[in-house]
Amino acid sequence: MTGGSIFWAVIQRELQIAFQRLGDLVSPLMFYVLVTALFPLALSPKREVLQNLAPAVLWIAALLALLLSMNALFRTDVEDGSMEQLVIGPHSLPLIMLAKTVAHWLVSGLPLVLLAPLLAVTYYLPAEGVRALCLTLLIGTPTLSLLGSIGAALTAGIRQSGALLALLVMPLMLPVLMYGARGTDLAAQGETISGPLYLLGAFMVLSLTLVPLASAAAIRVSLD
Amino acid sequence: MWTWFHKLASPPHFYRMAGLLRPWFFWPAVILTVIGTYGGLVLAPPDYQMGDGFRIIYVHVPSAYLSTTIYGLMAVAAAVGLIWRIKLAHAVAASAAPIGASFTALALGTGMLWGKPMWGAYWAWDPRLTSELILLFIYFGYMSLRASFEDVNKADRASAVLAIVGVINLPIIHYSVIWWSSLHQGPSIKKLDAPSITGDMLWPLLIMILAFTLFFAAILLYRVKAEVLDREQNSRWVRDLVSGEV
Amino acid sequence: MADFLAMGGYAEFVWSSFGLTAIVMVFNVIAARRRLRVSLERISTRVAHQVRTAPLQQANGKEAIES
Repeated sequence: MTGGSIFWAVIQRELQIAFQRLGDLVSPLMFYVLVTALFPLALSPKREVLQNLAPAVLWIAALLALLLSMNALFRTDVEDGSMEQLVIGPHSLPLIMLAKTVAHWLVSGLPLVLLAPLLAVTYYLPAEGVRALCLTLLIGTPTLSLLGSIGAALTAGIRQSGALLALLVMPLMLPVLMYGARGTDLAAQGETISGPLYLLGAFMVLSLTLVPLASAAAIRVSLD
Repeated sequence: MWTWFHKLASPPHFYRMAGLLRPWFFWPAVILTVIGTYGGLVLAPPDYQMGDGFRIIYVHVPSAYLSTTIYGLMAVAAAVGLIWRIKLAHAVAASAAPIGASFTALALGTGMLWGKPMWGAYWAWDPRLTSELILLFIYFGYMSLRASFEDVNKADRASAVLAIVGVINLPIIHYSVIWWSSLHQGPSIKKLDAPSITGDMLWPLLIMILAFTLFFAAILLYRVKAEVLDREQNSRWVRDLVSGEV
Repeated sequence: MADFLAMGGYAEFVWSSFGLTAIVMVFNVIAARRRLRVSLERISTRVAHQVRTAPLQQANGKEAIES
């Protein structure tokens, strides 16, 4: 198989497996809705309060939902031995890791991006804010998935890793969160969002190219 | 020259050198700390803005400097261990982490004690304090990851990957916070710069920085010795050493 | 002397900072020494145990060969 086709083959297989377990698909979404609902209940349902909170809450809840789903990214493959086959196989491991992460984002990240505008309405976020939220999430969540994959690869061999993955990966995610949430906030106030968007794009490109190398190295460590 | 370097990478040789060098780092560190403290607390004139309160700088700046420098050293050692597979480099990285974490905590604590009299609040989410806090989390993450593996080699390699990734992350976080702070000008922004520092205030600071660095070197050598012993415990030279000491 | 201790009104902040520093440094020394001591003790116990049981292991080995 050529480099390109192994990429799509892995994605296809991952998607097939994912759609066999639809429950797993839904839980990040449910988590996103639940956490978003917590703030009006815990703090205040007033328009002014929620509008202020909207960019941060909608971004943080998406980040946490995505983070939760990362634990399972490589774990089952390591445990059933299929990851080992891929590592010793003839194909480029970073490419395979990238394909797995992309598939994971398609299943766990993209639905969050699609759900976000609906939740933004419940927070009275103005139209420019909703647009900014969707754009930043669209560009930001792939980066988050990629960064999370490093933690997932490092902890794949550890049985009781608990919150270790989150602890390792959250510092990495902070810049994306900052530019995404604060950028959305700026846009909601009428400012331009191009600066943060460019930076988020830069982070995504950087992650796409560098992270697979790191996660490939990490998964090799976990497998030995 | 290379033979010296190669010899150093040999565990028994390093163990012996570490033991010999340690007092030469530790006692100068103690002396310099005393001199620097006296210089900072007694000899340096009070700051026109902050009076005697600015003297916290003599412990805050050295600890902040150590916290980041140690992390850099840790990442370099981890990379050396990963690329050239030198076990001793991994031992250095593992030993440096707890020391770095303690000085990061100290930098945060002294930073908070400086903040209250200086700007009226114990905490502010300004670039330096925020980055320092994230650094503390990164240290904890590194140490937790190490502790999760039973096999030392796995722990070494996994934490090395983490350390290297973290090195890229830290400057990005720092500059991100600075960038956002610069956007939001307004009365809520306090002038969070250090007081301008004159010559007779400066020399105790330099002495303290040197003192802290020597102190770190001494403690590091202690810890690396312990690491080396653990890793080489089945080897001949360790058994001979221990039997000799018993 | 009282002026020195008062630190121009910033006494609690300055002395706490230096106190914290002293604590962190002492803690580092104690922890590092303890780490080394624990390693040495653990290894010497293991080595001593192996030395003590070596004749026994040798004897067992001899019996295994002879039988």
